[in-house]
Amino acid sequence: MADNDIWVTGVGLVSCAGEGRAAHLAALAGTAPPLVDAASFAPYPIHPGPALELDRQIPKKGDQRQMEGWQRLGTYAAGLAIDDAGARGLVGEMDLIVAAGGGERDIALDDAVLAALAPLPPEQAAVKLNEMLATGLRPTLFLAQLSNLLAGNISIVHGVTGASRTFMGEESAGADAVRIGAARLASGSSRIALVGGAYVAPRWDMLLLYNAAGVLRRGPWTPVFSREDAPGAVTGTQGAFLVLETAEGARARGVRGLARLGAIATGQARRSAADPGHEAMAQAYARLAKRLPEGRLPVISGCTGATTATVLEREVLGGFARPLAVRATGSRIGWGVEATFPANIALAALCLSEGRFPAPMEPLEAPFEDAPTDILVTGFAAWRGEALAHLSAIPAGDQP
Amino acid sequence: MSAALRDHAGRPLVAVTGIGLVTPLGLGIVDNWAALRAGRSGIRRITRFPTDHLRTTIAGTVDLPNEDTGAMVSAQRVTRYATLAAEEALATAGFGPSGTRGGGFPGPLMLGMPPVETEWPYRFALARRAAPNAPAYPALVEAAARWDELYELAAFAGVGERLAERLGTRGAPIAISTACATGASAIQLGVEAIRRGEAEAALAIGADGTVQPEALIRFSLLSALSTRNDDPARAARPFEKTRDGFVMSEGAACLVLESLEHARARGAKVLGLIRGCGEKSDSFHRTRSNPDGGAIIRAMRNAIEDAGLEPGAIDYVNAHGTGTPENDKMETLGMRAVFGEGAPPISSNKSMIGHTLSAAGAIEAAFSLLALRDQVLPPTINHEEPDPAITLDVVPNAARPAKVTNVLSNSFGFGGQNVCLVISGEPA
Repeated sequence: MADNDIWVTGVGLVSCAGEGRAAHLAALAGTAPPLVDAASFAPYPIHPGPALELDRQIPKKGDQRQMEGWQRLGTYAAGLAIDDAGARGLVGEMDLIVAAGGGERDIALDDAVLAALAPLPPEQAAVKLNEMLATGLRPTLFLAQLSNLLAGNISIVHGVTGASRTFMGEESAGADAVRIGAARLASGSSRIALVGGAYVAPRWDMLLLYNAAGVLRRGPWTPVFSREDAPGAVTGTQGAFLVLETAEGARARGVRGLARLGAIATGQARRSAADPGHEAMAQAYARLAKRLPEGRLPVISGCTGATTATVLEREVLGGFARPLAVRATGSRIGWGVEATFPANIALAALCLSEGRFPAPMEPLEAPFEDAPTDILVTGFAAWRGEALAHLSAIPAGDQP
Repeated sequence: MSAALRDHAGRPLVAVTGIGLVTPLGLGIVDNWAALRAGRSGIRRITRFPTDHLRTTIAGTVDLPNEDTGAMVSAQRVTRYATLAAEEALATAGFGPSGTRGGGFPGPLMLGMPPVETEWPYRFALARRAAPNAPAYPALVEAAARWDELYELAAFAGVGERLAERLGTRGAPIAISTACATGASAIQLGVEAIRRGEAEAALAIGADGTVQPEALIRFSLLSALSTRNDDPARAARPFEKTRDGFVMSEGAACLVLESLEHARARGAKVLGLIRGCGEKSDSFHRTRSNPDGGAIIRAMRNAIEDAGLEPGAIDYVNAHGTGTPENDKMETLGMRAVFGEGAPPISSNKSMIGHTLSAAGAIEAAFSLLALRDQVLPPTINHEEPDPAITLDVVPNAARPAKVTNVLSNSFGFGGQNVCLVISGEPA
């Protein structure tokens, strides 16, 4: 069976830092606090996304109308990635793996229903609920809410019609989308894949979900590793897609890779006393470590700031027993749930391609001035789920 | 590894060694298969919630002894049905029940399930918690603070986490949604992991439990559902002239997948092989196939090619067969394109169990395996008035003995996600 080298040949990024490679490289180079909206969803700060010129990636107004913000953002970012890889001609046989959340609910309808029905006895409320939903729900909103319809819209708008899978499972879904996409390429099942996800931060329905998990920061924005006063994540709008392809396929069509995507390991500990979660990631690192160079290891961390996950990641990284230079990208673009891991792979690939590592944002982030040759990407989810990935620079001689 | 354990492409052959089933027809493969062979319908009037103001008041719902599935939210039903199906499948396959994480089952969990969210019972509960504040979102968000149970039921990873812990599967479970093809996608993920050598075995589950008011209304607003409320058992009429939509349903199926080598080495009884998986997505429309049928034709051909077979080797097709006017017409077009005039018999389990949505691909794969085992084709019931546009042999109304070696199971989803499986008997 084939065992192909996998390259990242395109990234499609949208976040509070802007859209595209240049905006994100600038954000990584700078140390200014990111764009924050502290008021609209107080006491929860969020990182809003930029205004998008949707017509550039979703040319038909009819398509735009069939979606809400989450599907539009994902479809837009997917298009950026395809363009970035120069892969418009390959969409017909391109694999698509989307890490999906849920689409927007009709907040006004939800509020109206509860205002009218919460005071009623349950039997009466149940009957009235049918009536209000049957007359109030817009048919198109169902499709805009369906998780697998982000993939469906990417197929419709961009013509991506190879394998299509939608993974569900918060951050883990993002890590598995990258892992399975790469595994299909490595085994020769496919030669090019589009993988990623999207998250829209200004959404009450999502804040409700993640506040139930107790993983949101209440209070003013600070960098991720400086949140002892109120541990938690600051959600950020993110669209993050990657084009992955076999090195052989990329070279054959004369396309440069940004980075080589090596091993990806995922796990899911209970994070309980019996299963705290260190062991699986320590073993995963031990397997990766054989391919890592000596010296200070640059780490692009998906750390959220939520207590349990942050402590677990610190202890696991501490167990590597080597000097590290950690950068929490959450300090620059927030926490984008399903999009987080693909976004961090994209940022690591940009760093390797440009030979630059992000400037430190806070004392815990050790300086790293050299051009990185290898980067470890971490994904310790706010609730459960752990992932590690190894990316390396592509030697000039291997590029086409 | 000897050649007999590998397929035409040199990949490990993937065996099914355990099956579990939960549908509106009953619990377990014995009851389900008996009812399906007898042509019995599991569709009935909805009693789990009031149906006033609804255009459709029928569905397939799962009744469990001593459990009120109507009092559960979707995530709880999905978890419950999936657990029951998995425990039956593991027992059939000779894997003992295990709560030992990482120790029980020698492979990952691939879970096909619907998207879940905070449902109305919890929204009302949040409104009560938020009182005396008005029950608008900002107050609900505050009232939700650190309510772990709510999070675990509304987060997408929750169902898989609970199942993985209970069933002892390895690593992080993957939850997948490809609309009505979900169950088949879960099986495909398991087959691929075994073929790549990542695991010797995988547990593939398709489960759904979304018969609740808002979900029913959403499908109803798409005009996808049958409104033949007066006669529930006769409402699902795939391939029949007077079909008027699908009937929402729920349930679960689980397949224990393992490399044939692994199954033989441990002396497990092989129930069949998943020989081929094919998929092809459509870029035409959110709820309709391209009128040329290109994607569903390609998905069927991809599965047959992946199995190393020619179309003529397929003896029976387990249809997607939803009973919507559009699907059945397109599936007929696809059948003729792939098989020509000599198309094999095709029947729709959905005529009896309804459309179990995210579970359908897995449930129908399970029934396909039972058809292979017993050499009998389950019927398409409610076939009263043939549709002149549908010229296929749909195994009308009564099960039929037949020689079956290879089955094609079709699953076509909203959003253009089409997945087909080729399921075969054990090689000699």
